[in-house]
Amino acid sequence: MEGLTLSEAEQRYYCDLFSYCDTESTKKVASNGRVLELFRAAQLPNDVVMQIMELCGATRLGYFGRSQFYIALKLVAVAQSGLPLRVESLNTVKDLPLPRFVMSKNEQESRHTALYSSDADNPASYSGVIPPPPGRIQVKKGSVSHDAVQQRTSADQQESTSPVVSPQQSPPTSPHTWRKHNRHPSGGNNERPLAGPGPFWAPFSEAQPGSSASSDPIWSGHSPPPHQENWVSFADTPPTSALLAMHPASVQDQTTVRTVASAATTNEIRRQSSSYDDPWKITDEQRQYYVNQFKTIQPDLNGFIPGSAAKEFFTKSKLPILELSHIWELSDFDKDGALTLDEFCAAFHLVVARKNGYDLPEKLPESLMPKLIDLEDSTEVGEQTGEVGYSSSPAEAPPSKSPSMPSLNQTWPELNQSSEDTAIVHPVPIRMTPSKIHMQEMELKRTGSDHANPTSPLLVKPPDLPEENKMSSSVKFTSGNTVTDGYSSSDSYASDPEQIGSTVTRQRSHSGTSPDNTAPPPPPPRPHPSHSRSSSLDMNRSFSVTPGQQQAGVVAYPPAVPPRPQPSQGAGPHVHRPVDAEGLIAHTSTSPQQIPEQPNFADFSQFEAFAVSGVNKEEEDEIETHSEVLQGKGTTPLAPPPKPIRRRLKSEDELRPEAEEHTQKTGVIAAVLASQPSIPRSVGKDKKAIQASIRRNKETNTVLARLNSELQQQLKDVLEERISLEVQLEQLRPFSHL
Amino acid sequence: MSKFPKMNYPLYIRSIPTENELKFHYTVHTSLDVVDEKISAMGKALVDQRELYLGLLYPTEDYKVYGYVTNSKVKFVMVVDSSNTALRDNEIRSMFRKLHNSYTDIMCNPFYNPGDRINSRAFDNMVNSMMMQVC
Repeated sequence: MEGLTLSEAEQRYYCDLFSYCDTESTKKVASNGRVLELFRAAQLPNDVVMQIMELCGATRLGYFGRSQFYIALKLVAVAQSGLPLRVESLNTVKDLPLPRFVMSKNEQESRHTALYSSDADNPASYSGVIPPPPGRIQVKKGSVSHDAVQQRTSADQQESTSPVVSPQQSPPTSPHTWRKHNRHPSGGNNERPLAGPGPFWAPFSEAQPGSSASSDPIWSGHSPPPHQENWVSFADTPPTSALLAMHPASVQDQTTVRTVASAATTNEIRRQSSSYDDPWKITDEQRQYYVNQFKTIQPDLNGFIPGSAAKEFFTKSKLPILELSHIWELSDFDKDGALTLDEFCAAFHLVVARKNGYDLPEKLPESLMPKLIDLEDSTEVGEQTGEVGYSSSPAEAPPSKSPSMPSLNQTWPELNQSSEDTAIVHPVPIRMTPSKIHMQEMELKRTGSDHANPTSPLLVKPPDLPEENKMSSSVKFTSGNTVTDGYSSSDSYASDPEQIGSTVTRQRSHSGTSPDNTAPPPPPPRPHPSHSRSSSLDMNRSFSVTPGQQQAGVVAYPPAVPPRPQPSQGAGPHVHRPVDAEGLIAHTSTSPQQIPEQPNFADFSQFEAFAVSGVNKEEEDEIETHSEVLQGKGTTPLAPPPKPIRRRLKSEDELRPEAEEHTQKTGVIAAVLASQPSIPRSVGKDKKAIQASIRRNKETNTVLARLNSELQQQLKDVLEERISLEVQLEQLRPFSHL
Repeated sequence: MSKFPKMNYPLYIRSIPTENELKFHYTVHTSLDVVDEKISAMGKALVDQRELYLGLLYPTEDYKVYGYVTNSKVKFVMVVDSSNTALRDNEIRSMFRKLHNSYTDIMCNPFYNPGDRINSRAFDNMVNSMMMQVC
């Protein structure tokens, strides 16, 4: 700018002012917020201030450099002395009194407000928010830091509250209040004790990119923020400013929903302005408030608010129906006509934002996306009545899926119980992407009871998914279920819930893959490496082999943990959670031979028995049971581990020769299954005992192999479903993402 | 495309390229007659979700009109240029299905009174995207 000659006094004064404004100690740039404050304190009309800023070049540069600042100060002096603002006057006017700035404790407030306003201005849509916050801000500040500020703020509050008998007046009072303060002739110059608000302000000053000039006019224009009024009237309670002051206390005291809401809004606004980059983030206070409100309508935090109740509630906010409708569309993520806690908070947040002047977004902001897991779980449970009572624990979810399993139906309930036992902690971290949830929802709705949710997690384990279990449950499998190798589809259910923590029902329809992908790391320790299915528990421990019909290609039964007692082989189909590796290992050790073992019926009976027995057993129990079962069957004494393909129909005769081969393997298996009680015994005994144990082991192997094959079949089914779901997802994607 | 509720007043009309709104209005209304005819003809409480029909193929105008009726007697009518030969039956069906789904979503909104004009932005977006795909 033009050269500026300053007298000594001016020089000193300006320097002081500059350092005052130089909050960041850059020695080069005066923070815009402070500068604005300063200008306001100069008690100049807004347009004059704007003019000054233009003249000094700050608007051009976007910041106040030292020279700009000095020029501005000089212009302020010029303006204050009533001279027209001209660049020439900078140097021509001599004997210019130093610019006067109202420096009082109130300045702090006004400063803050200025900052707020300027910050708030930055986002154009936030402008409406500015007026209220200032009042609030003052209040808030008081609570935050200075005592002086506090006193002032309380004074402000009182001032604002007293005149505000009706809610509508409260907003206007805020700005008036601070203006009043501003006019207090304090005289001093910069020595403002910035103190407290310092850090608080920092974000503000940073947030405003030199649009401070604009904030001024906007600020004044917004003196009576209509939104605020609406907001306040919504609550029909004492002025919000008062509320703000006591923020937490008032929240409790206020009976009306909106009162609290307004306070929350204020905080929200404040925070929003301070964190401009994420205006939609819900602060903790707000969230708490929303939760409280939710409770008033629906005491169960995991439950829903039905549409009609929500409608009444939000209609109280006096927003136009069209906007409420849009808010609903945004926040009812699963499109079920009811609001879960997260959805409700999102909706409330949007209402609050709207009332404060923010425009509604076209799509739900990220931070408002409902967290699916927990809510979904409850949602899912609610939705899927058929699903066995899934409790919050995801583990149980899978069992509920069992109903879909034809032959396993009976076992399912048992499994459920077992899964309950496992008490898989509802994985909070599991987070399904909204789209996923939505997809799931849609899937659920649209695909009906089609449990074709392939579960990606299933892929993790190569267990034989029992056909019955199909996918749906498996959908939720995630890598987290490492243990559940042999998760049959049923397992997948369990794992799904665990992972996604929800929607048991969803499991079915979800393409497990997508959710799983987004889901956070697998839920905390799957309570049981044992599957929810009792049998699976068993299996996991003892077998790791997946008995049962092994699908073709016995897939490399991963040399499962042999220690698994063979009995768990059959492991009820659903129970197949066999640790694949384990089961497979055992099987492989026995070499995947054709092991029709027993006729189909036998298999089923085995499985059923297994399932029944397996229900809530720990490994040993199950193992023992299985062994009993196995031995009871005795049909396939030395059946080699079941081949991948179910060969139930194979006669036992066939088995025998295989059995012989198997015996060799059995020996291996025996070694593997050394942990089995029978083995040691047999070892220690004579040959007969050994053979008996071998027989038992083989039977176990057979069962496991069968289970494995079944699980693999289920896995395939689930995968198919997954693929189909993915295809559907793809089809829907263009529409859902638009 | 447009949709009509029971009383046959349009809840929603959207057209893409040509914006011959009026002409489409007329077309759609006339097609309603055909739709009603079909509905009554079906009788038997048939809840035929998709009645896809190729009607009103005017030689001059050369466009096709498809209809779809929901269980709640809300009719969707879609008018397409015959020059759009690529549009297969399946696509039409899927489009109707999507429309239906979106309409269901709108219904879930407690703030929406059935019978109101549809102002949902999401619905608009969906319809627009669908039409973009076709045109």
